[in-house]
Amino acid sequence: MVDKIIIENLSLQYSDGTESLRNISMGIPQNAVTVLFGPAGGGKSTLLRCLNRLNDLTEIKASSGRILMDGENILDPKTDVIALRRRVGMVFARPVTLPMSIRENIIYGLELAGEKRKSKLDEAVERSLKLSAIWDEIKDRLDEPASALSGGQQQRVCLARVIALQPEVILLDEPTSGLDPISTGKVEAALFELKKEYTVILVPHSVQQAARTADHAAFFLTGELIEYADGKNLFTNPKQKKTEDYVMGRFG
Amino acid sequence: MKLFAQNRHIVQRLGFIAITIMALVTVLPIIGTVAFILMKGGSAISLEFLSGFPHDGMRTGGILPAIIGTLYLTLGTALFSVPLGIAAAIYLSEYARDNQLTRLIRLAIINLAGIPSVVYGLFGLGLFVLFLKFGTSILAASLTLSIMTLPVIISTSEEALRAVPQAFRTVSISLGATRWQTISRIILKEALPGILTGIILGLERAAGETAPILFTGAAFFLPQLPHSPFDATMALPYHLFVISTQVPEMPIQIQYGTALVLLVFVLTMNVIATVIRSRARAKRQW
Repeated sequence: MVDKIIIENLSLQYSDGTESLRNISMGIPQNAVTVLFGPAGGGKSTLLRCLNRLNDLTEIKASSGRILMDGENILDPKTDVIALRRRVGMVFARPVTLPMSIRENIIYGLELAGEKRKSKLDEAVERSLKLSAIWDEIKDRLDEPASALSGGQQQRVCLARVIALQPEVILLDEPTSGLDPISTGKVEAALFELKKEYTVILVPHSVQQAARTADHAAFFLTGELIEYADGKNLFTNPKQKKTEDYVMGRFG
Repeated sequence: MKLFAQNRHIVQRLGFIAITIMALVTVLPIIGTVAFILMKGGSAISLEFLSGFPHDGMRTGGILPAIIGTLYLTLGTALFSVPLGIAAAIYLSEYARDNQLTRLIRLAIINLAGIPSVVYGLFGLGLFVLFLKFGTSILAASLTLSIMTLPVIISTSEEALRAVPQAFRTVSISLGATRWQTISRIILKEALPGILTGIILGLERAAGETAPILFTGAAFFLPQLPHSPFDATMALPYHLFVISTQVPEMPIQIQYGTALVLLVFVLTMNVIATVIRSRARAKRQW
């Protein structure tokens, strides 16, 4: 299994002193779902936001370490962050569709990247909506405002919006936290399709979801990586006491 | 105990009635003013009055030059204050960090809003009319009015920009947009109704002001319409002041007719702003 991303000794502290990362080192394999789980405040979202440099928007006190993507350190100040964000897409906890039509939402990133050909854009819309398991539901409503959709549909449009850019890595930060079980099932099913083509990193909204989806699972607690293993092993046979306690529901 | 409860009920009723009456009282001045001016000046309104020049020392004829002048001044003010105001608002809302410089800029804007309008007039006289040698002109008056209008436009625009959900910015950036692409494609579009409302309210105030144009661009009487931005101009508020205080034996309906035209001009802008706002609210997707 090839590691798409290698994180080396990553530490980070926000200016207001909150949620930080402490000396994280891990490899994230290609074409698999890697799950980052643990109680709130563990640093999972912070780590995700390092991977597409979205943390650039936040005031950071100090950070050190490297994140190598295909061998290149993306934390290097010389990194083209716009290009990086096209390679590393992100789906957020709250489904936020932009105030425009469904179609415009999907092609927003592509248009910014300079794609003008209608055939290419139409193709991307159909392909990404199909991969997100929502094409059949909304194919006749593409020109309606995206805000008219239900929360579960909006979240899948958000996923399609990321897929449309044909990224290499997809980050999902509790993408189903606000969704009903049926929508959640559809998003999870989409993940299994996605990992065939992409490297998927998921912060799940529950341990159960972590166990259902993880090829690899990393347990985070207060900014530290406690345990990182195969999905199967970590949930059935955790090596660390803290991991076991959390997985068994003794705290969190 | 029962009596007490009953009393409380009555007190609440009385309080409610008192508040309702006070709310109604605040409506009275505007209705009263409009009705009064309409009654006194309505008879003056005619095609001749709206499209003719003043005659006989302004005691007869129309007020066309003052109407056109106020239009010019309002447009001139918009020309300078709108781009500058929106740019400043974008800077403050989207780019400025919370530091000394930003605090200084905000302090300046707040203070700018508090300066009496006659002081703007004197400042405009010193800077635009005399120092920059624009003379008493539409240009100098528009620039003076622009400075006065800026704080209104900046603060309402900034508020409108800030009201756009932060999540739109984060999502747009995460999809590979630059900050400016995010602003120009999403944030400005969503904030536009609020910005337009602010612009109109600011310009409305500029259109009705006398003091800032008194020394910078307003003329007592001109036999012709201005030909260039460097000409002085008649304007409705100043004309109203002139015919109310400077011309003896002035027919009263001409005065109130002029006031009525100014009032309609300003209230129309107000109505436009209200319509824009309510329409945008109905269409808003967040």
